Amino acid sequence: MHEVGIAQSILEIVEKEVKKNGASKVNKVKLIVGEFTGVVKEALEFALDIIKKNSLAENAEFLIETVNLKTFCQNCDKTFVGKEEAHFLCPDCNGILGIVEGKELKIDFIDVE
Amino acid sequence: MHIIDVNSQILQENTRLAEENKKLFNKYGLHVTNFMSAPGAGKTTLLEETIKKISGNYKISVIEGDLQTSIDSDRIKALNIPSYQITTGTVCHLDARMVHNALHNFHLEGNDLLFIENVGNLVCPADFELGENLKVMVFSVVEGAEKPKKYPVMFHKVDVVILNKIDLIPYSGVSLEELINNVREVNPEAKIFPVSCKTGEGIDDWISWFSQNIKGK
Repeated sequence: MHEVGIAQSILEIVEKEVKKNGASKVNKVKLIVGEFTGVVKEALEFALDIIKKNSLAENAEFLIETVNLKTFCQNCDKTFVGKEEAHFLCPDCNGILGIVEGKELKIDFIDVE
Repeated sequence: MHIIDVNSQILQENTRLAEENKKLFNKYGLHVTNFMSAPGAGKTTLLEETIKKISGNYKISVIEGDLQTSIDSDRIKALNIPSYQITTGTVCHLDARMVHNALHNFHLEGNDLLFIENVGNLVCPADFELGENLKVMVFSVVEGAEKPKKYPVMFHKVDVVILNKIDLIPYSGVSLEELINNVREVNPEAKIFPVSCKTGEGIDDWISWFSQNIKGK
């Protein structure tokens, strides 16, 4: 349960960006969270709801886009999608799979006034 | 209405501080290992056994992370090894800033190795880089052969998986072979060492690999 710390980091970045851009209010914050991280979407939403109080983002809506785990076999060019596919040996050729997507922890954009 | 295209990493501040730590470690020629596991897997005991075997050859310091108490740090100090305890309160992992602040308590000059024992947790520490050279995970085999599949993020991220408490296998019904296969599935490239910190079985294999790995230090 480190989503509170993650939420704090998000708020710090949002407040910095808002001040830098001379805005007064945050309408929306779009986040991108890969499923192959230790972050749980619902826990992060809960943490953000608490952390945003008394900040510039108090009334902001936080949208979290989840990115599925996507792995790729360099040996046989196959792609696997979904967390249930969290194995890193290719079932077809036994090659080692690399992660293409699913490790993201990013702020995409902030919608301000 | 105005859109700020931020496109920035949420953990950028931690990444920046981890890079700072790394620079500092390089400056002092320090090899740093981050030990992670669920609570009770045997991180501190593995550290004790490792220290006993190699402290004649290397100057070692230890950072201990726990929610509360200095029990672990006291165990390390009993071996005459400088140790600093970080108590995180409720925070479930160490981050780069905590490690950086803890470094002020050591004389880094002349040190060869720094061991960081993370807070016992199978999820959160995996997301936070500390600036370390090596990530080692300790897993207690009696917790079950399926755990690598249930907690793939941490198992995937580490360089080494130590399978501890193999002396308890006869009492637990866990298949070591199945467990090793499951670790391989989520991390085909990890070095795997089945050990018992209690009986000493397998410890020499881990020590010999570790000593090779830090050679030239």
